[in-house]
Amino acid sequence: MSPAAFFRCFRGILWREVLRFLQQRSRFVAALVRPLIWLFVFAAGFRSVLGVSIVPPYQTYILYDEYVIPGLVAMIQLFNGMQSSLSMVYDREVGSMRVLLTSPMPRWFLLLSKLLSGTLLSLAQVYVFLLIALAYGIQLPPLGYLSVLPALLLSGLMLGGLGLLLSSMIKQLENFAGVMNFIIFPMFFTSSALYPLWKVEEASPILRDICGFNPFTYAVELIRFALYGQFDAFSAIVVVACMVVFVGGAIVAYDPSKGIITRVRAGAPA
Amino acid sequence: MADLAQLPARPTASAPDALTVSGLTHKIGDRVVLQDVSLTVPAGRLVTLLGPNGAGKTTFLSLVTRLYAAQHGSIAVFGHDVRKESSAALSMMGVVFQQRAIDPDLTARQNLSYHAALHGLPRKVARARIAAELERMGLTKEADRKIRTLSGGESRRIEIARALLHNPQLLLCDEATVGLDVRSRADILADVRGLVRDRGMAVLWATHLIDEVGPDDIVIILHRGRVMRQGRAAEIATALGADGLNDAFRRVTEAAA
Repeated sequence: MSPAAFFRCFRGILWREVLRFLQQRSRFVAALVRPLIWLFVFAAGFRSVLGVSIVPPYQTYILYDEYVIPGLVAMIQLFNGMQSSLSMVYDREVGSMRVLLTSPMPRWFLLLSKLLSGTLLSLAQVYVFLLIALAYGIQLPPLGYLSVLPALLLSGLMLGGLGLLLSSMIKQLENFAGVMNFIIFPMFFTSSALYPLWKVEEASPILRDICGFNPFTYAVELIRFALYGQFDAFSAIVVVACMVVFVGGAIVAYDPSKGIITRVRAGAPA
Repeated sequence: MADLAQLPARPTASAPDALTVSGLTHKIGDRVVLQDVSLTVPAGRLVTLLGPNGAGKTTFLSLVTRLYAAQHGSIAVFGHDVRKESSAALSMMGVVFQQRAIDPDLTARQNLSYHAALHGLPRKVARARIAAELERMGLTKEADRKIRTLSGGESRRIEIARALLHNPQLLLCDEATVGLDVRSRADILADVRGLVRDRGMAVLWATHLIDEVGPDDIVIILHRGRVMRQGRAAEIATALGADGLNDAFRRVTEAAA
């Protein structure tokens, strides 16, 4: 297979993801409404009771609704990553997955193409959200909109990779709903998305430690620093390491000779 | 048991076999689904894999298409081992799955374009082949309709068109006519026979319906994961002293019960 054939294959996978996304308008609306409710209702309510003092990357005292923006951005990516995986489980149920997996392209390439397509879709959602936040009055440094892009790619790939790995272990769509509840909400709440870690530590050192073990915390911090034109090396390392583990695990799981996927779905082809 | 190597193969006797399977054994959990299956699909021939439900046909095809990896035994497509040269093997085969494997929310053309992209076909080539296949199937007018609005027979024909887009030399059909009315079944089977006749394509046609077997077809009877008989339909019946393939099939499966 030539590099051009690989590119065409990726383009086809991306095109299908975009088509499916455009057809599911409710998915797009839900992806935006969810963080906007947090921003307009939750953050607005907390604005008067919770301010954030000057800690990096902030150089001045900021309002709470500015603080939660990176967490909500990461939340969009987390939901998107899980949604992409949900579509993998759906594809398996309706049989479309077989068409993908019987392509002559290497399976790792097909999975990475799916992952990258989902991540690119999440970028579009994030930028629409940031635009609405801007219209609402939350102004970030202008260059931050650009400097956050690599961070969004990394965090999107990590969260999408987690979803991909989960999709390999899920037998039916019904099971996936439960996993979403047990993965998304704990990941979101035990992170620095809603409160800075030093504030969490004041309340409960154990909870601070749990947040420290949560990869989502590092995705949020990576995005937070990048939005202000700064690079948080430690968060980047953790995000990349988790991405490698999740994506590597998914590739192994979907490998027909090694995969746990065969054991999970004993008797039911991909 | 008839030796398939002695059966006439088209287009040439020296052409490599389209599919060569030897000593294939596969377990799912503790259950042995396929046991020591060896068979050959000569190039340019239609071979019917005949077996009752649960015989192991779908598992067999899942192993050939590498949805699962074979635990024991080897599978080669035109000489390419599916494990070691999976890309070459998969690019030479087209597959029609038993379970519908087509996105109901996309149009026929979009589904076909997606498949073409998965095989790395350039856009121009893909467009031309999609148009040609849709025309051959008599579905040009349905090209931009969503799959969920098509009849069962139409969407099945779209799946066959899709399986042919990348010009495979081996077509695998797993119960391709299941759930269709008599006329749609006959049309699809006639179309597949035409591919063998006109394009010299090899076809492995897995079915549980004996009436889909032609008198001159090569038949492989699979039952409880084992190859019970293989050869021409008429020869199998004669060898068993049976009154036609129907009777032969009944005898083979009942004897193994």
